[in-house]
Amino acid sequence: MWKRDEAVRPASQPPAAPQPPAPVAAAVSGPRPETSHQMEKDIVNIGKSVVIKGELNGSEDLTIEGHVEGTIQLKDNVLTIGANGRIKAQVFAKSVIVLGEVTGNVTASDKVDIRDNGSVDGDIIAPRVAIAEGAHFRGSVDMQRKGGPGQPAKPAEPKPQAQPQRVGA
Amino acid sequence: MGLLDRLAPRRNESDVPASPSVSAEDPIFATKALRKFLTSLTARESPVLLDLGPVVGSNVSFFGEQLGCKIFVEDIFSDLSRHLRTGALDELPAFLKKRFPQESGSVDGILCWDLIDYMDRPAAHELAHELTRVLRPDGALLAFFANTPPRDTRYTKYVIVDEVNLKHRSYEAGRGRQPILLNRDIIRLFSGLRVTDSFLLQNNLREILFRKPAYLPTEST
Repeated sequence: MWKRDEAVRPASQPPAAPQPPAPVAAAVSGPRPETSHQMEKDIVNIGKSVVIKGELNGSEDLTIEGHVEGTIQLKDNVLTIGANGRIKAQVFAKSVIVLGEVTGNVTASDKVDIRDNGSVDGDIIAPRVAIAEGAHFRGSVDMQRKGGPGQPAKPAEPKPQAQPQRVGA
Repeated sequence: MGLLDRLAPRRNESDVPASPSVSAEDPIFATKALRKFLTSLTARESPVLLDLGPVVGSNVSFFGEQLGCKIFVEDIFSDLSRHLRTGALDELPAFLKKRFPQESGSVDGILCWDLIDYMDRPAAHELAHELTRVLRPDGALLAFFANTPPRDTRYTKYVIVDEVNLKHRSYEAGRGRQPILLNRDIIRLFSGLRVTDSFLLQNNLREILFRKPAYLPTEST
Protein backbone atom coordinates (compact mmCIF):
# COMPACT_ATOMS: atom_id res chain seq x y z
CA MET A 1 0.00 0.00 0.00
CA TRP A 2 2.48 2.41 0.93
CA LYS A 3 4.91 2.25 -1.73
CA ARG A 4 7.93 3.96 -0.67
CA ASP A 5 9.03 6.44 -3.10
CA GLU A 6 12.22 5.32 -4.44
CA ALA A 7 13.34 8.88 -4.49
CA VAL A 8 13.03 9.30 -0.72
CA ARG A 9 14.36 5.99 0.31
CA PRO A 10 16.13 6.55 3.57
CA ALA A 11 19.78 6.09 3.60
CA SER A 12 19.60 2.72 5.21
CA GLN A 13 22.21 1.26 3.05
CA PRO A 14 25.50 1.17 4.63
CA PRO A 15 27.49 4.24 3.82
CA ALA A 16 30.07 3.81 1.25
CA ALA A 17 33.33 2.83 2.66
CA PRO A 18 35.35 5.95 3.23
CA GLN A 19 37.87 6.48 0.61
CA PRO A 20 41.34 6.18 1.85
CA PRO A 21 42.75 9.61 2.36
CA ALA A 22 44.47 11.00 -0.62
CA PRO A 23 48.09 10.25 -0.36
CA VAL A 24 49.82 13.23 1.16
CA ALA A 25 53.07 11.47 1.44
CA ALA A 26 54.47 13.87 -1.09
CA ALA A 27 53.75 16.78 1.24
CA VAL A 28 54.43 15.10 4.59
CA SER A 29 56.99 12.41 4.33
CA GLY A 30 59.42 14.30 2.13
CA PRO A 31 59.42 18.06 2.61
CA ARG A 32 60.49 19.93 -0.45
CA PRO A 33 64.03 21.19 -0.30
CA GLU A 34 62.95 24.79 -0.86
CA THR A 35 60.50 24.67 2.04
CA SER A 36 63.20 23.39 4.38
CA HIS A 37 65.59 26.01 3.08
CA GLN A 38 62.98 28.69 3.56
CA MET A 39 62.35 27.56 7.13
CA GLU A 40 66.05 27.78 7.85
CA LYS A 41 66.42 31.22 6.24
CA ASP A 42 63.18 32.88 7.30
CA ILE A 43 63.34 36.61 7.19
CA VAL A 44 61.39 38.46 9.84
CA ASN A 45 59.56 41.51 8.60
CA ILE A 46 58.58 44.46 10.72
CA GLY A 47 55.75 46.17 8.90
CA LYS A 48 55.55 49.87 8.26
CA SER A 49 52.90 50.55 10.84
CA VAL A 50 54.98 49.01 13.63
CA VAL A 51 56.80 51.26 16.09
CA ILE A 52 59.43 49.79 18.41
CA LYS A 53 61.26 51.62 21.16
CA GLY A 54 63.98 49.79 23.00
CA GLU A 55 66.41 47.00 22.27
CA LEU A 56 65.84 44.74 19.31
CA ASN A 57 67.96 41.57 19.31
CA GLY A 58 67.76 38.52 17.12
CA SER A 59 69.53 35.66 15.41
CA GLU A 60 67.87 35.74 12.02
CA ASP A 61 67.73 38.09 9.09
CA LEU A 62 65.46 41.05 9.67
CA THR A 63 63.72 43.54 7.38
CA ILE A 64 62.35 46.69 8.96
CA GLU A 65 59.72 48.80 7.25
CA GLY A 66 58.53 50.47 10.45
CA HIS A 67 60.00 52.80 13.06
CA VAL A 68 62.63 51.67 15.53
CA GLU A 69 64.29 53.73 18.23
CA GLY A 70 66.98 52.38 20.49
CA THR A 71 69.43 49.60 19.63
CA ILE A 72 69.35 46.87 17.01
CA GLN A 73 71.63 43.86 17.44
CA LEU A 74 71.82 41.15 14.76
CA LYS A 75 75.35 39.93 15.28
CA ASP A 76 75.41 37.18 12.64
CA ASN A 77 72.61 38.23 10.36
CA VAL A 78 71.56 40.65 7.68
CA LEU A 79 69.54 43.72 8.59
CA THR A 80 67.60 45.40 5.80
CA ILE A 81 66.07 48.80 6.37
CA GLY A 82 63.28 48.88 3.82
CA ALA A 83 62.24 51.92 1.85
CA ASN A 84 59.66 52.83 4.52
CA GLY A 85 61.94 52.06 7.43
CA ARG A 86 62.86 54.91 9.78
CA ILE A 87 65.54 54.03 12.31
CA LYS A 88 66.92 56.15 15.13
CA ALA A 89 69.19 53.64 16.70
CA GLN A 90 72.64 52.22 17.16
CA VAL A 91 72.87 49.32 14.73
CA PHE A 92 75.07 46.23 15.02
CA ALA A 93 74.77 43.48 12.40
CA LYS A 94 76.72 41.25 10.11
CA SER A 95 75.52 43.18 7.06
CA VAL A 96 73.28 46.22 6.79
CA ILE A 97 71.34 47.19 3.68
CA VAL A 98 69.73 50.63 3.79
CA LEU A 99 66.89 51.64 1.50
CA GLY A 100 65.17 53.86 4.07
CA GLU A 101 66.50 56.21 6.74
CA VAL A 102 68.96 55.57 9.52
CA THR A 103 70.00 58.11 12.10
CA GLY A 104 72.64 56.61 14.30
CA ASN A 105 75.89 54.72 14.12
CA VAL A 106 76.08 51.53 12.09
CA THR A 107 78.58 48.79 12.82
CA ALA A 108 78.82 45.74 10.57
CA SER A 109 81.22 42.84 10.59
CA ASP A 110 80.84 42.32 6.84
CA LYS A 111 79.33 45.16 4.83
CA VAL A 112 77.17 48.27 4.85
CA ASP A 113 75.28 48.95 1.64
CA ILE A 114 73.40 52.25 1.23
CA ARG A 115 71.18 51.91 -1.80
CA ASP A 116 69.58 54.52 -4.03
CA ASN A 117 67.37 56.85 -1.96
CA GLY A 118 68.75 55.33 1.22
CA SER A 119 69.97 57.72 3.88
CA VAL A 120 72.40 57.37 6.77
CA ASP A 121 73.33 60.12 9.20
CA GLY A 122 75.90 58.71 11.53
CA ASP A 123 79.20 56.92 11.68
CA ILE A 124 79.84 53.66 9.85
CA ILE A 125 82.34 51.03 10.95
CA ALA A 126 82.60 48.15 8.48
CA PRO A 127 85.29 46.48 6.39
CA ARG A 128 83.30 47.18 3.24
CA VAL A 129 81.01 50.10 2.47
CA ALA A 130 79.03 50.63 -0.72
CA ILE A 131 77.15 53.88 -1.31
CA ALA A 132 74.95 54.26 -4.37
CA GLU A 133 74.88 57.40 -6.49
CA GLY A 134 71.45 58.49 -5.27
CA ALA A 135 72.09 57.76 -1.61
CA HIS A 136 72.53 60.31 1.16
CA PHE A 137 75.25 59.96 3.72
CA ARG A 138 76.79 62.25 6.24
CA GLY A 139 79.18 61.06 8.91
CA SER A 140 82.41 59.15 9.12
CA VAL A 141 83.43 55.90 7.47
CA ASP A 142 86.01 53.74 9.18
CA MET A 143 86.96 50.52 7.39
CA GLN A 144 89.53 49.81 10.11
CA ARG A 145 92.28 49.14 7.66
CA LYS A 146 95.83 49.79 8.84
CA GLY A 147 98.61 50.91 6.55
CA GLY A 148 98.56 50.74 2.73
CA PRO A 149 96.62 48.53 0.32
CA GLY A 150 96.45 44.83 0.94
CA GLN A 151 96.20 45.05 4.69
CA PRO A 152 93.47 42.79 6.09
CA ALA A 153 90.55 44.63 7.60
CA LYS A 154 89.62 44.19 11.23
CA PRO A 155 85.94 43.19 11.48
CA ALA A 156 83.77 45.31 13.70
CA GLU A 157 82.88 43.72 17.04
CA PRO A 158 79.36 44.49 18.22
CA LYS A 159 78.89 44.71 21.97
CA PRO A 160 77.87 41.37 23.53
CA GLN A 161 74.27 41.34 24.64
CA ALA A 162 73.56 39.01 27.57
CA GLN A 163 70.00 40.19 28.25
CA PRO A 164 67.07 38.26 26.87
CA GLN A 165 65.27 39.61 23.86
CA ARG A 166 62.79 42.29 24.73
CA VAL A 167 60.90 44.63 22.57
CA GLY A 168 59.55 47.85 24.02
CA ALA A 169 56.05 48.89 22.99
CA MET B 1 90.20 63.61 -35.41
CA GLY B 2 89.42 67.28 -34.75
CA LEU B 3 91.96 70.08 -34.35
CA LEU B 4 91.54 70.28 -30.58
CA ASP B 5 92.16 66.57 -30.26
CA ARG B 6 95.44 66.95 -32.15
CA LEU B 7 96.58 69.79 -29.87
CA ALA B 8 95.43 68.29 -26.56
CA PRO B 9 94.11 64.77 -26.96
CA ARG B 10 91.59 64.02 -24.23
CA ARG B 11 92.04 60.76 -22.41
CA ASN B 12 89.53 58.25 -23.78
CA GLU B 13 87.09 56.38 -21.59
CA SER B 14 88.80 53.13 -22.56
CA ASP B 15 92.15 54.34 -21.22
CA VAL B 16 90.98 54.82 -17.65
CA PRO B 17 90.10 52.03 -15.26
CA ALA B 18 86.37 51.43 -15.00
CA SER B 19 84.73 53.06 -12.03
CA PRO B 20 81.24 51.87 -11.17
CA SER B 21 79.90 55.36 -10.45
CA VAL B 22 81.31 56.99 -13.59
CA SER B 23 78.85 57.57 -16.40
CA ALA B 24 79.73 58.10 -20.01
CA GLU B 25 78.31 61.67 -20.18
CA ASP B 26 80.36 63.29 -17.40
CA PRO B 27 83.57 64.92 -18.58
CA ILE B 28 86.93 63.77 -17.27
CA PHE B 29 89.67 66.29 -16.56
CA ALA B 30 93.26 65.83 -15.54
CA THR B 31 94.40 66.87 -12.08
CA LYS B 32 97.96 67.81 -11.23
CA ALA B 33 97.83 68.18 -7.46
CA LEU B 34 95.72 65.18 -6.45
CA ARG B 35 98.66 62.79 -6.63
CA LYS B 36 100.71 64.99 -4.29
CA PHE B 37 97.74 65.26 -1.96
CA LEU B 38 97.40 61.46 -1.89
CA THR B 39 101.14 61.07 -1.25
CA SER B 40 100.83 63.37 1.73
CA LEU B 41 97.91 61.33 3.06
CA THR B 42 99.53 57.93 2.73
CA ALA B 43 102.69 59.09 4.49
CA ARG B 44 100.84 58.41 7.74
CA GLU B 45 99.28 55.22 9.06
CA SER B 46 95.46 55.32 9.24
CA PRO B 47 95.14 58.86 7.88
CA VAL B 48 92.07 60.98 8.64
CA LEU B 49 90.45 62.69 5.68
CA LEU B 50 87.85 65.45 5.70
CA ASP B 51 85.71 65.63 2.54
CA LEU B 52 83.67 68.83 2.34
CA GLY B 53 81.76 67.67 -0.74
CA PRO B 54 78.72 65.39 -1.09
CA VAL B 55 79.27 61.69 -0.68
CA VAL B 56 80.65 59.86 -3.71
CA GLY B 57 80.55 56.12 -3.16
CA SER B 58 83.55 55.31 -5.28
CA ASN B 59 85.62 58.01 -3.55
CA VAL B 60 84.74 56.48 -0.17
CA SER B 61 85.86 53.08 -1.45
CA PHE B 62 89.03 54.57 -2.90
CA PHE B 63 90.09 56.38 0.25
CA GLY B 64 88.79 53.78 2.67
CA GLU B 65 89.78 50.51 1.02
CA GLN B 66 92.83 51.47 -0.98
CA LEU B 67 94.39 54.11 1.23
CA GLY B 68 93.09 52.99 4.61
CA CYS B 69 91.67 56.39 5.50
CA LYS B 70 89.03 57.23 8.01
CA ILE B 71 86.78 59.57 6.07
CA PHE B 72 84.54 62.31 7.38
CA VAL B 73 81.94 63.20 4.75
CA GLU B 74 80.71 66.65 5.69
CA ASP B 75 78.85 67.92 2.56
CA ILE B 76 79.06 71.61 3.34
CA PHE B 77 77.37 72.24 -0.02
CA SER B 78 74.10 70.97 1.42
CA ASP B 79 74.56 73.21 4.48
CA LEU B 80 75.04 76.14 2.12
CA SER B 81 71.93 75.21 0.13
CA ARG B 82 69.89 74.87 3.31
CA HIS B 83 70.92 78.32 4.49
CA LEU B 84 70.00 79.72 1.10
CA ARG B 85 66.61 78.01 1.11
CA THR B 86 65.72 79.24 4.58
CA GLY B 87 67.02 82.76 3.93
CA ALA B 88 69.62 82.40 6.68
CA LEU B 89 72.72 83.05 4.66
CA ASP B 90 73.95 85.68 7.12
CA GLU B 91 74.01 82.99 9.82
CA LEU B 92 76.34 80.78 7.80
CA PRO B 93 79.62 82.14 9.27
CA ALA B 94 78.44 81.47 12.83
CA PHE B 95 77.20 78.03 11.76
CA LEU B 96 80.56 77.17 10.20
CA LYS B 97 82.39 78.28 13.36
CA LYS B 98 80.73 75.39 15.25
CA ARG B 99 80.39 72.99 12.35
CA PHE B 100 83.52 70.91 12.78
CA PRO B 101 83.72 68.77 15.93
CA GLN B 102 87.17 67.45 15.04
CA GLU B 103 89.94 68.36 17.46
CA SER B 104 92.58 70.84 16.42
CA GLY B 105 95.38 69.29 14.41
CA SER B 106 93.59 65.94 14.07
CA VAL B 107 92.96 65.83 10.31
CA ASP B 108 95.62 64.72 7.84
CA GLY B 109 93.96 65.85 4.62
CA ILE B 110 91.07 68.06 3.52
CA LEU B 111 89.25 67.93 0.19
CA CYS B 112 87.79 71.39 -0.13
CA TRP B 113 86.96 70.94 -3.85
CA ASP B 114 85.47 74.22 -5.22
CA LEU B 115 83.36 75.02 -2.16
CA ILE B 116 84.94 78.40 -1.47
CA ASP B 117 83.81 79.65 -4.89
CA TYR B 118 80.18 79.44 -3.76
CA MET B 119 80.60 81.27 -0.48
CA ASP B 120 80.37 84.89 0.52
CA ARG B 121 83.58 86.33 1.95
CA PRO B 122 82.63 86.24 5.65
CA ALA B 123 81.59 82.58 5.40
CA ALA B 124 84.70 81.74 3.35
CA HIS B 125 86.90 83.35 6.02
CA GLU B 126 85.26 81.43 8.83
CA LEU B 127 85.49 78.17 6.89
CA ALA B 128 89.17 78.73 6.07
CA HIS B 129 89.90 79.46 9.73
CA GLU B 130 88.21 76.26 10.89
CA LEU B 131 89.91 74.13 8.24
CA THR B 132 93.29 75.56 9.26
CA ARG B 133 92.52 74.71 12.87
CA VAL B 134 91.61 71.06 12.33
CA LEU B 135 94.44 70.36 9.87
CA ARG B 136 97.49 68.82 11.50
CA PRO B 137 100.92 70.38 11.03
CA ASP B 138 102.21 69.29 7.62
CA GLY B 139 98.72 68.22 6.63
CA ALA B 140 97.41 69.02 3.14
CA LEU B 141 94.34 70.79 1.77
CA LEU B 142 93.28 70.56 -1.87
CA ALA B 143 90.99 73.23 -3.32
CA PHE B 144 89.77 74.39 -6.71
CA PHE B 145 89.01 77.96 -7.67
CA ALA B 146 87.34 79.19 -10.85
CA ASN B 147 89.31 81.38 -13.20
CA THR B 148 86.43 82.59 -15.34
CA PRO B 149 83.11 84.23 -14.44
CA PRO B 150 80.34 81.82 -13.50
CA ARG B 151 77.88 80.75 -16.19
CA ASP B 152 75.47 78.36 -14.52
CA THR B 153 73.94 77.49 -11.19
CA ARG B 154 75.29 74.04 -10.54
CA TYR B 155 77.58 72.32 -8.09
CA THR B 156 80.11 69.69 -9.15
CA LYS B 157 80.76 66.28 -7.68
CA TYR B 158 84.36 65.29 -8.25
CA VAL B 159 84.68 61.58 -8.81
CA ILE B 160 88.19 60.18 -8.53
CA VAL B 161 88.90 58.09 -11.60
CA ASP B 162 92.56 57.61 -10.74
CA GLU B 163 95.42 59.63 -9.28
CA VAL B 164 95.57 61.95 -12.27
CA ASN B 165 91.95 62.18 -13.42
CA LEU B 166 88.71 63.45 -11.98
CA LYS B 167 85.26 63.07 -13.44
CA HIS B 168 83.07 66.18 -13.03
CA ARG B 169 79.42 65.39 -12.37
CA SER B 170 77.27 68.50 -12.02
CA TYR B 171 74.03 68.75 -10.07
CA GLU B 172 71.47 71.35 -9.06
CA ALA B 173 72.87 74.16 -6.91
CA GLY B 174 71.33 76.72 -4.59
CA ARG B 175 73.40 79.49 -6.14
CA GLY B 176 76.09 79.99 -8.73
CA ARG B 177 79.76 80.69 -8.10
CA GLN B 178 80.47 84.00 -6.45
CA PRO B 179 82.88 86.62 -7.89
CA ILE B 180 86.27 85.18 -8.69
CA LEU B 181 88.93 85.24 -5.98
CA LEU B 182 92.29 86.59 -7.00
CA ASN B 183 95.37 84.61 -6.03
CA ARG B 184 96.31 87.11 -3.34
CA ASP B 185 92.77 86.85 -1.90
CA ILE B 186 93.14 83.08 -1.72
CA ILE B 187 96.51 83.34 0.01
CA ARG B 188 95.09 85.85 2.48
CA LEU B 189 92.08 83.59 3.09
CA PHE B 190 94.27 80.67 4.04
CA SER B 191 96.88 82.74 5.84
CA GLY B 192 97.64 79.88 8.24
CA LEU B 193 98.65 77.60 5.37
CA ARG B 194 101.25 77.91 2.65
CA VAL B 195 100.70 77.25 -1.06
CA THR B 196 102.98 74.45 -2.20
CA ASP B 197 101.53 73.81 -5.67
CA SER B 198 99.28 75.77 -7.99
CA PHE B 199 98.11 74.66 -11.42
CA LEU B 200 95.78 76.04 -14.07
CA LEU B 201 93.84 73.09 -15.43
CA GLN B 202 92.45 72.57 -18.91
CA ASN B 203 88.95 73.29 -17.66
CA ASN B 204 90.11 76.71 -16.41
CA LEU B 205 90.05 75.79 -12.74
CA ARG B 206 92.94 76.75 -10.49
CA GLU B 207 94.03 73.73 -8.50
CA ILE B 208 95.89 74.70 -5.34
CA LEU B 209 97.55 72.44 -2.80
CA PHE B 210 98.08 73.96 0.64
CA ARG B 211 100.19 72.60 3.49
CA LYS B 212 100.09 73.59 7.12
CA PRO B 213 103.55 74.57 8.32
CA ALA B 214 105.01 71.93 10.60
CA TYR B 215 106.48 74.37 13.08
CA LEU B 216 103.28 76.13 14.10
CA PRO B 217 101.81 74.91 17.39
CA THR B 218 98.24 73.61 17.12
CA GLU B 219 95.50 75.82 18.52
CA SER B 220 93.70 74.60 21.60
CA THR B 221 90.00 73.86 21.24
